[in-house]
Amino acid sequence: MMALFDKFNKLASERAELFPTGLSPFETRIEEVYSPTEARIGGRRVLLAGTNNYLGLTFAPECIEAAQKAVEREGTGTTGSRMANGSYGGHCALEAELGDFYQSNSVIVFSTGYLASLGLIGTLAGAQDIILLDADCHASIYDACRLSGAQIIRFRHNDVADLEKRLQRLKKHADNTLIVVEGIYSMLGDRAPLAEIVAVKRRYGGYLVVDEAHSLGVLGEHGRGLSEEAGVATEVDFILGTFSKSLGAVGGFLASNHPESEFLRYASRPYIFTASPSPSVIASTRAALQLLRSRPQLRERLWANATQLYRQLQALGYRLGPEPSPVVATLLGSRQQAVAFWQGLLERGIYVNLVLPPAAPGGYTLVRCSVSAAHTPAQIDIICQAFADLRAILEQPDALVDSHGS
Amino acid sequence: MAEYQQILDRLYTHLRPMAPQGTTLDEDTDLISEFGLDSVNVMDLLLEVEEDFDISVPLNLLADIRTPKDLACTIIRLLEAE
Ligand SMILES: Cc1ncc(COP(=O)(O)O)c(C=O)c1O
Repeated sequence: MMALFDKFNKLASERAELFPTGLSPFETRIEEVYSPTEARIGGRRVLLAGTNNYLGLTFAPECIEAAQKAVEREGTGTTGSRMANGSYGGHCALEAELGDFYQSNSVIVFSTGYLASLGLIGTLAGAQDIILLDADCHASIYDACRLSGAQIIRFRHNDVADLEKRLQRLKKHADNTLIVVEGIYSMLGDRAPLAEIVAVKRRYGGYLVVDEAHSLGVLGEHGRGLSEEAGVATEVDFILGTFSKSLGAVGGFLASNHPESEFLRYASRPYIFTASPSPSVIASTRAALQLLRSRPQLRERLWANATQLYRQLQALGYRLGPEPSPVVATLLGSRQQAVAFWQGLLERGIYVNLVLPPAAPGGYTLVRCSVSAAHTPAQIDIICQAFADLRAILEQPDALVDSHGS
Repeated sequence: MAEYQQILDRLYTHLRPMAPQGTTLDEDTDLISEFGLDSVNVMDLLLEVEEDFDISVPLNLLADIRTPKDLACTIIRLLEAE
C-alpha cells in the first residue's frame, strides 16, 4: 500500500536531478516589477519575455487610475459570490461592454479563465454528450471535460480531417457534441484552422467553443480574436476568454448568442461557489478593454515585435513553432539542455518560460517567449543577441536525445 | 481469440517504437509503471491506435486501461459496438 505522499516521489527525484542546486525555474521569484517589460530576478535587472502581457497594459495609467478609484469607492473585495452575495455595478457593466464588443447577447464574467472553462464546458456537457477536443488544448479544458462527465474524445492537433472522421463516426450523436479549440495555442503559438473547422461543424452538426485566451486583443481587425480574423464569428457558439493576458488583470468570461447560456449562472458551480472578482480588478479590466478597442496601434506594435523576434530567431537557425505569433517557442532537446538554455538566458538578463513535457505538446522541451506591444525593437534585439550567444549549448553532444523524457 | 491476438500484434507495432531501451513488452505489461509511458504518451498512443482501427476511444476509458491486454479488449468491445 502506497503512503499518501509516495505519489510525489517521482516528482521529487526528477526535480533533484534537473535542478541540483535546488533553484527550480518553476519557482522563479520576481522580486520587483519595474514595467511591463522589466523586473528584478535573482538580484539583477532582467528583460521580461515570458509574460502574457501582449498589449503591455499592466502599467497603463488609465487602468491604474480606474483600479485606484474602484478600490477607494467599493473596497478591496466583494467577499462573496454573485449569486449569493450580489453583483456589483462593475460586473454588470463589464458584461455589457464585452457583449457590445463581441455583439453577443449573453456574456458571463467568471473569476478566472480557468473557471470560465470549467463553468461552460463542465456544466453544459453531461453524461449523454460528447466533447471533441484538440489534443493540444490547455489543461483548463481537459479539467473542464473531466468535470462534465461527458465522453471525451481527442483529435489530432489542428487536423481537420481527423476531426471530421470522428464526427462521422458519431453519426447522430454529432448533434450532442461540443467541439473545443483555441484561437492561438499557448505553447507553440499556432492558430486553429477555424474556417475549416466551422465548415466541418456545418456539415456534421455540433457546437463550437473557441478559447480565445491568447488571441483576444491579438487577432482580428478589432482584436476580438481568431473567430473575427477567420471571418466566422457568427458560427462560433461559445467564446471563452481571460482578463489575465492582453487585459493585464485576472478573470475570465464566456460570450455566446445562445440565450439559454444565461442559465449557466444557475447551473455552473464554478460561477456560484467562488467569490466574484474584486472591484479594482473589474475596473482595470474595463479600462484595458477600452484601450484594446481604441488603440489598434497596440496590436500593430505587438505584431511588428513578434515578427521581428520570430524572423531573427529563425535566421539564427532555431527550431520554432510553425508560424510567427506573439508566442514564440524555441524547441530544444533533452530536459537538461532546455534547463541549461533557460538558465543561460536568465544569466544574460532575459526571462522566458521553460516548458517541459507533459506541459509541452508532442514530448517537446521548449523555451517560450511571449512578446508584448510594450517591448521596443531594441529590446527585441537584446533578446535575439542572448539567443545568438547560446547557440553553442545546442551544439553540445547528448543534446537531442531524451525527447520523451525517459 | 485469433482476433485478440491480431489486435495485440498490431498494438505492439505501435508500442515498440515508444519503448525505452531494455523494456520488455507482453500483454500484461503495465504501460505506465513498467513500460515507462506518461499519461500524455498514452493519449498520443491512443491517437495512432484509433487511426489504425478507425475508432474513437473516449479518454474516460483510460482509467481502466493499464496493459496491452486491457487496450485490446477495449478495442474489441468498441469494434463490436459499431
Ligand atoms: C488556453 C488557455 N485557456 C485558459 C487559461 C486560463 O486563464 P486564467 O489565467 O484566466 O485562468 C489559459 C492560461 O493560463 C490558457 O492558456
